[in-house]
Amino acid sequence: MEVSIKDIIKPENLVYQKSSLLTEKPMHYCPGCTHGVVNRLIAEVIEELGLQQETIGVTPVGCSVLLYNYIDIDWQEAAHGRAPALGTGIKRLRPDKYVFTYQGDGDLAAIGTAETIHACNRGENILMVFINNGIYGMTGGQMAPTTLEGMAASTCPFGRDPERDGNPLRMTEIVATLPGTRYVTRQAAHTAGAVRKLKKALIKGFNNQKENKGTSFIEVVSTCNSGWKMTPVQANEWMVENMFPFYPLGDIKDK
Amino acid sequence: MAKMKGAIVVDMVSCKGCSLCVEACPTQVIGLADEVNAKGYNYAYMVNPEACTGCSNCAMVCPDSCITVYRMKVAEPA
Repeated sequence: MEVSIKDIIKPENLVYQKSSLLTEKPMHYCPGCTHGVVNRLIAEVIEELGLQQETIGVTPVGCSVLLYNYIDIDWQEAAHGRAPALGTGIKRLRPDKYVFTYQGDGDLAAIGTAETIHACNRGENILMVFINNGIYGMTGGQMAPTTLEGMAASTCPFGRDPERDGNPLRMTEIVATLPGTRYVTRQAAHTAGAVRKLKKALIKGFNNQKENKGTSFIEVVSTCNSGWKMTPVQANEWMVENMFPFYPLGDIKDK
Repeated sequence: MAKMKGAIVVDMVSCKGCSLCVEACPTQVIGLADEVNAKGYNYAYMVNPEACTGCSNCAMVCPDSCITVYRMKVAEPA
């Protein structure tokens, strides 16, 4: 029996569609940006857990600053790097709400290092999502604390030299050593399998808030194809080859 | 034996032609169009619709949520 596409495209055969929490606004990210995938997953997770009315997100400064336009939940915009501090305040005033922060590496691992470490050390009962692409994407691809050794950026065009520029920072390993963190993991979103794993981690991060046992911290090793001057597909390959050896994927802490 | 047949619908207006779905497709169903959309991107479409199994891998990696996936079981003649 021959089946035409028209027979397949029917509501009863639907297996995947855009989350209803995502707004119609087109995302401003560059083509192939990992932010888009992670934004979509957060919307899906909140929808599946039925937490639209219960979730408060904290948006950062960086490429994802306009995140509040894309997911239809309550949001607050934090000053650069201060998302964990703002998240702390929200959670302490409204402990019944699910609170998460969403930050890039310039935000979380540079200007916001103190807030990040102290929020994790206090064990604030929030979920922190950390997008690590090793570069300042929004401002023109400058070197970030997470830029790899030898990796070129606009402020280190010949590659990062640890003698001059210092060493790259593994933020996730640092927060895993703190007593306040409950769940610390590093994921990626370059393949369908990795995306599904990341989604499971996000679900766990949200569910952990029910038990009030500490901070959940999810790093997503990401690409910045514009900043890295590559196509999206090349950027994914480059990430697998160069980022994963230094930022290995997997759960670091789960108690 | 029953076989899974799938189909995708790409929102060509919001597609940015990043081609991550082209790479993610295990059966080489998706390609980028020669034409461009209003934003000037070569949007994704089904080049080889017969091979689609509806696995949703393309939709999983799509950063702009522009892929909708359908899937149905089709009985094959013995």
